[in-house]
Amino acid sequence: MKKISVGLGTCGFSAGGGQVFNAIKELIDNNNIDAEVKETGCNGMCYKETLVEIKDEQDTYLYAKVSVDKAGKIVNEHVLNDRPIHDWIIKSKDISTEDSFLKKQTRIVLRNCGIIDPNSIDEYMARDGYSAIQTTLNHHSPVEVIDIISRSGLRGRGGGGFLTGLKWKLAHEPKSDKKYIICNADEGDPGAFMDRSVLEGDPHSVIEGMMIAAYAIGADEGFIYARAEYPLAIKRLRVALRQCVERGFLGNNIFGSKFNFTLSIKEGAGAFVCGEETALMASVEGKRGVPRLRPPFPAQSGLWGKPTSINNVETFANVPWIMINGADAFASYGTENSKGTKVFALAGKIKKSGLVEVPMGMTINEIVFDIGGGIKGNGIFKGVQMGGPSGGCIPASMGDLRIDYNEINKTGAIMGSGGLIVLDDSTCMVDIAKFFLNFTQLESCGKCTFCRIGTKRMLEILERLTEGKGKLTDLVLLEDLAGKIKQGSLCGLGQTAPNPVLTTLKYFRHEYEEHLHQKRCPAHQCPSLITFSIIPENCKGCCLCLKACAVGAITGSKKEVHIIDEKKCIKCGKCFDACRLNAVQKN
Amino acid sequence: MAGDAELIEEQKEIHSFKLDLINKRRQSGSLITLLQSAQDSYGYIPEKVIYYISELVAIPAAEIYGVITFYSQFRLKPMGENIIKICEGTACYVNGAKTVLSVLQDELGISVGETTDDGLFTLQSVACLGCCSLAPVIMINNDTHGNLVTEKIRAILKEYKVLHKAGSSN
Repeated sequence: MKKISVGLGTCGFSAGGGQVFNAIKELIDNNNIDAEVKETGCNGMCYKETLVEIKDEQDTYLYAKVSVDKAGKIVNEHVLNDRPIHDWIIKSKDISTEDSFLKKQTRIVLRNCGIIDPNSIDEYMARDGYSAIQTTLNHHSPVEVIDIISRSGLRGRGGGGFLTGLKWKLAHEPKSDKKYIICNADEGDPGAFMDRSVLEGDPHSVIEGMMIAAYAIGADEGFIYARAEYPLAIKRLRVALRQCVERGFLGNNIFGSKFNFTLSIKEGAGAFVCGEETALMASVEGKRGVPRLRPPFPAQSGLWGKPTSINNVETFANVPWIMINGADAFASYGTENSKGTKVFALAGKIKKSGLVEVPMGMTINEIVFDIGGGIKGNGIFKGVQMGGPSGGCIPASMGDLRIDYNEINKTGAIMGSGGLIVLDDSTCMVDIAKFFLNFTQLESCGKCTFCRIGTKRMLEILERLTEGKGKLTDLVLLEDLAGKIKQGSLCGLGQTAPNPVLTTLKYFRHEYEEHLHQKRCPAHQCPSLITFSIIPENCKGCCLCLKACAVGAITGSKKEVHIIDEKKCIKCGKCFDACRLNAVQKN
Repeated sequence: MAGDAELIEEQKEIHSFKLDLINKRRQSGSLITLLQSAQDSYGYIPEKVIYYISELVAIPAAEIYGVITFYSQFRLKPMGENIIKICEGTACYVNGAKTVLSVLQDELGISVGETTDDGLFTLQSVACLGCCSLAPVIMINNDTHGNLVTEKIRAILKEYKVLHKAGSSN
């Protein structure tokens, strides 16, 4: 019997995977075909969505970019008549077009993503699922678990990089009648979707990781704080939790031991600052998500005043693997102080955007060029943005930098949760700094003056610069404010908010200076600093730009050269995007 | 009378909604959960509901209002028939989300957070829809539209307007 699986993460659904799934299911059911249709999570190849895998006794075939039409043909040819359509297959025994994307990856966190049906606990168990917690309960004391995790060198994957074993040890030590474990699934960085993919593709691995953590610190209750914008992840988590309760994996005397544990989901309500652990706890308690001063640390006084350990989704997903394969196996990957792997959401101006998991120690160039296939279109690689609004931009000249917590920190960026946005020469670095600062400024909870007002002032300066109205003292003022915001803010949001500005000032200062002195935007992105005109030789008078212009700044009859009236032009760039003949130019 | 029937219907609805809230109240720290179910039932959080919840959880209405305004998910006003979410994730931003936004604003004549006068569209911005490989992206209700250019956006909006007209003439 053939097994058909359709990749249905949020990305798969967005690419039309839902319709493909229904079309296949309908064909199989209506024609009584002996085949099984199931959904899986994202296998990482977002650039090839929708992905359909067909497995028979001999081989596994992966079809890429499947539409409803194509799906019908695949069922007809391949499923019914055993004639695989080779042109559409990207991976089988004989075909492998995506080797470069997959070869350099190591899958620990994503070991089951895109392979198992996330709605099936049996499929998870068939791949060693819930064996780690059983071994743990039967053979290890909590102190031993903490020791194994410590020796593995696992560090928090949410961005901070704090040693997980140490975090658990601190929460294990206090005596208390009640302790909590929390999974931070409030993935808020724009451009980051690692945690969502793990929750959608392999929710049980996170639950199992949390069980092991709860046992280690002595907690009997846990919460998964998930972003409300992730409805599919929440839905699949609910299914997974129900299955665990039904099987007795959650509840009292789990696997015949004395370990009791209950787990529930708390949906966030849209506040970036709730990714900070003290703000997150306030939100779980039903309050405004405002951070508080530490100490006391959550390990001493956390949720409702009880010792609490908060770890990230990816961190938890690593834990069962470490318990099964051992601390040494995990520590064999990576660099001296950064062990294991890291999942990155690769996006931006890159050919193959998607989810990749690489061993620590790989260089940025390897990720961008070997795995990601290089820059999309004709652009020139300019740098990468790592760590979202808390991170920074690393220039292309430092492409040999290794993925390692300490080495990345030295650049002024941070590892972050794993957003890796590739930038090319059409990206203005002042504009990108403005984008992130606008984000943090909006998301600042307002508690600390420097974060609340300082980021606003910095944003105003950046706005001035991109409008060509910068003052000579602006760059110095930016650096001054940045330093004060870092010092004067209570939580990670404010302490890291200036990073995008500081790193771009450090590595791309000339772009700031050009905006300031020459009133020029070298990337041709800042509307106030560019003008649009039509190159007469290239214009065929197709009227596309004229139709695109919302303010009537373009005149010209059909088949005649068009003209842009600079006085009316609002520099929105719509004509530039609309023109198919490269006749509209930016100056 | 039709008016009475409607009134009874509304009372029933409020009753079942209140029961639902009471059940959820059993968990401590449930204020946000309660607000979320209020929004699920009404599409937004009406003022009267703030007072129900205030009574139920013994938290002053002002404090509840503070929680509502802190989180971007909560709305104090009803929404349009179609909700357009424009992705402002980094991948979309570097791939031209700004143009998408300005086209939408021009076409609809509203800014982010507003609803058109005919109640047909509400425009929202979201941090990341998570389909970065399709950037730039918008989501209308539950459908995602990717790889957007000006013409495509106009065509999409037109489709929804036509759909609405077809719906209202039936």
